[in-house]
Amino acid sequence: MAGTTLYRRPVVWRVGTVVALLDETPSAKTITLDVPDWPGHLAGQHVDVRLTAPDGYSAVRSYSIASAANADNRIELTVERLTDGEVSPYLTQELRVSDLLELRGPIGGWFVWRAEQTEPVQLVAGGSGIVPLMAMIRSRAAAQSTAPFRLLYSVREPDAVFYRDELKSLSVDHSVSVAYVYTRAIPKNWPRPASRIDAALIADTTWPVNLSPTCYVCGPTSFVETATGLLIAAGIGAGTIKTERFGPTGDRK
Amino acid sequence: MNSYTDDHLDGNAAAGELSNFFAVDVTAAEGMCSQCGGVKPFAQALLYVGGPGLVARCADCENVLLRLVRAQHRVLLDLRGMAYLSVDVG
Repeated sequence: MAGTTLYRRPVVWRVGTVVALLDETPSAKTITLDVPDWPGHLAGQHVDVRLTAPDGYSAVRSYSIASAANADNRIELTVERLTDGEVSPYLTQELRVSDLLELRGPIGGWFVWRAEQTEPVQLVAGGSGIVPLMAMIRSRAAAQSTAPFRLLYSVREPDAVFYRDELKSLSVDHSVSVAYVYTRAIPKNWPRPASRIDAALIADTTWPVNLSPTCYVCGPTSFVETATGLLIAAGIGAGTIKTERFGPTGDRK
Repeated sequence: MNSYTDDHLDGNAAAGELSNFFAVDVTAAEGMCSQCGGVKPFAQALLYVGGPGLVARCADCENVLLRLVRAQHRVLLDLRGMAYLSVDVG
């Protein structure tokens, strides 16, 4: 039973080896780790990463897993550099292939999408909140699920879009429809000025209420509050909205 | 955007530290607030991480559900605001 597996799975510290590093945007890096005893994860789960200085000082931060749910030993994290962060500057600028990284996880059993789910899914991402939602999109493809997915992705500017080519190919083959809202700078010939998400955009780009979508909202706290409020105002039941917040206070993602 | 909404995270971010205490995932566990009686997944609790430890508050009434503090080689968990926790064991 899946529930039993999750219930009994201990969360322990493990050591992963960096096997690949990819510049996702000018300020974000995707880190591929080989974790020999990785027990597998669900889309939406995260890990805690622990850095320890020579003097023993350690800092722990949470990062969402970007790769599809799987049982093999590879996981990918995408980390956005925060200028005043304690951990993200190291992960995005200092980390090298073959370095070791201490991590705890997989963590979380609520903000997850399982391949058994067949209902329409509405994903709403703010900035690097795309990361766990990308794991859901990738898991959907890996499981050959036909659950209807839509993504609304709010991002500062075109250069800040994560997984750009992969998201574009999803739109081209119509497997997942992707709508963007740019908050600071727009691409050339973009029909909508730079703006934040609002009721009209929710109405135009998200699943209608009568399809009873499950909604996953992830991003900075203020974004999550706004997006959730708009979904509820559009008639979505609060009980069908799952949220995950991050912010500078936690140096999250 | 209200500035006050940026000062908290949610229960998801406490799950790693709470795994020191619980063999089960607590984000999906449903907890009852001892003050208002509301029952919600722990993932929806408001989490404050700015102090010396973690403080989780009820998303409905802001009652303190739990506090977790790490000191030297010990972790202390105060669960005073949680009337109960219920978990799905499959």
